[in-house]
Amino acid sequence: MATAVISTLDPKSRAAARGMSDIAIRNLFIVPTILFLIVFNIFPLLYSLGYSFTDFRASTNAPANFVGLQNYRELLNDPYIWNNFVVTAKYVIVSVVGQVIVGFGTAMLLNRDIPFKGLITTLLLLPMMLSMAVVGLFWKLLYDPSWGVINWALGLGKFQWLGDPDMALYAVAITDIWMWAPFVMLLSLAGLSAVPKHLYEAAAIDRAGPLYTFFRITLPLVAPILMIAIIFRTMEAFKTFDLAYVLSTQPSTEVISIRLYKMAFQEWQTGRSCALAYIVLIMVLAITNIYVKYLNKVKER
Amino acid sequence: MTQIELRGVQKWFGAVQVIKDLNLTIADNEFIVLLGQSGCGKTTTLRAVAGLETIDEGDILIDGKPVQHLKASDRDIAMVFQSFSLYPHMSVYENIAFPLRATRISKAQVDAAVREIARVLRITDLLAKKPSALSGGDMQRVAIGRALVRRPKAMLMDEPIGALDAKLREEMRAEIKRLHVKQGSTTIYVTHDQIEAMSLADRIVIMHEGVLQQVGTPEEVYRQPANLFVAQFVGSPVMNVADTTVSEQAGQVSVAVGGAEKGFAFPGELLARLNGHAGGGLKLGIRPEGVLVAREATDGFLPVEAQIIEPLGSFDIVDLKVGGEVLRARTKSGFVARAGEKVFARVDPAQAHFFDTASGKSLGVAL
Repeated sequence: MATAVISTLDPKSRAAARGMSDIAIRNLFIVPTILFLIVFNIFPLLYSLGYSFTDFRASTNAPANFVGLQNYRELLNDPYIWNNFVVTAKYVIVSVVGQVIVGFGTAMLLNRDIPFKGLITTLLLLPMMLSMAVVGLFWKLLYDPSWGVINWALGLGKFQWLGDPDMALYAVAITDIWMWAPFVMLLSLAGLSAVPKHLYEAAAIDRAGPLYTFFRITLPLVAPILMIAIIFRTMEAFKTFDLAYVLSTQPSTEVISIRLYKMAFQEWQTGRSCALAYIVLIMVLAITNIYVKYLNKVKER
Repeated sequence: MTQIELRGVQKWFGAVQVIKDLNLTIADNEFIVLLGQSGCGKTTTLRAVAGLETIDEGDILIDGKPVQHLKASDRDIAMVFQSFSLYPHMSVYENIAFPLRATRISKAQVDAAVREIARVLRITDLLAKKPSALSGGDMQRVAIGRALVRRPKAMLMDEPIGALDAKLREEMRAEIKRLHVKQGSTTIYVTHDQIEAMSLADRIVIMHEGVLQQVGTPEEVYRQPANLFVAQFVGSPVMNVADTTVSEQAGQVSVAVGGAEKGFAFPGELLARLNGHAGGGLKLGIRPEGVLVAREATDGFLPVEAQIIEPLGSFDIVDLKVGGEVLRARTKSGFVARAGEKVFARVDPAQAHFFDTASGKSLGVAL
């Protein structure tokens, strides 16, 4: 009875009256999706892999010449590209660490009986729901040296948040933290409320102090879900484009995706930018894999 | 050396009073069982002693010092939870070591203490395992080990074996008793199972709706229940309780049950002991083993009809119709062959209890 697994079409239904089988209906739903995926995702992915081995330029009619690994070789030997990677790494670390500290901290504060907990949680989630470009424009105004609210509130005078090459990257990271810490908070909150209350009671009976309880009970039990939040945020931070692009034009904030954008659509080095995109893809995959390995280890219990 | 005392403890959950003026003194090394139905306040009492629950009025004293304002961690009391509450991400070893490590004791001392307690509980070969890999009984042993390892002032146990299956429960019951005899520490144990209470306790504390009903040794609670609640809660099968009238005819005192014409013969001194309660508003309480059954008409035995027979292996429980009431009697297995049979029954005066219907209090009649 292998066919019993597939739920069959009700013979009295309207679709059956039109002479459609359940397989026909299944295809009706799945085939468009698959086609869409192939045309817009899989085909470009493979096609760009091909381009990455050529000197193709989309702005000219010149035919693409196969150049082998030359693009990769040159990119990996280019100190400017390496600088972009360093900038990106700095950005990822600052922004993800910041989001975890702020998000997890907020979650700890919210994980108790307080009035209007639901409302407060919802309000805290608002930044996450805004568009990246809008957030970028907002914060550009907030950071403004002469009349920005931040300098006024902190009494910093005419401090150049985005104009200062050393500060600009951190300013972008702060904006990203503001926007995405709620995401970490939301996942942490789910993790924290899943820790059974009786474990805290047991710890209290076992005479564990607040710090000991936090590091030996709370953190290990929330770790798996916190790891998931960190994976998501690392991947996202690695490919940040819009926020950095809108906020700042400093070379010190030129993360790898901005470099990629310029290479592909301003310098029209299509083949080379495809190679760079692949390098980035491999890096993100590698980092994610390390996390996932660790996550599986944490979950093993 | 720990003595625990509760003085006038009151506790409300909103408008509901869950502990009503509780007074109790627990001696050093004593094994006290709090017994009662779920929702009677016994677990709340235990948690109040542990420091997991605040009290609204009264004092909790440990070794004479009031502790009701101290945090759980400052009371030096260990507790075994019904859900075991083992730390799921730690091995058995780490679980048992947790209370020691939390207070910065040297590694060598921790190791020695953990291995010693594991040996006593016979779980040495489980030390490397995670709690999720353990059976219910082993989880319970680990939970007890975690509680005992730091030699606390007192042990609190909240239905520690309630979640286990019947066979394992019996095993663990014996184990807990063995440990208490061996380690010796003041223990408060909460359960709703009266067999557990009877078998473990030095003294049983019976609670009902937040009110303490009776405190006594298992023997006392069983032989001299203070009121109807205790009488019917302790003992299995349950004590028979029936409305009764006591009358005297020609110097012969008889106790009639369920409006029956003829009563059971009782010694004459009963009337004096009842102190004028004989008229009405009286209930007779008799345990099934106090209802004697005979196959033939014998002096003092009344004819009754056996309605239902429950064979329980080592003995039978026979429902006897007496007037409008049913008395359950305990007989040898197979003593009454089948339901519907006519047999003869008598109530053993020495095992009879009399209760005031209005207050439910025992009249303390012991013949």
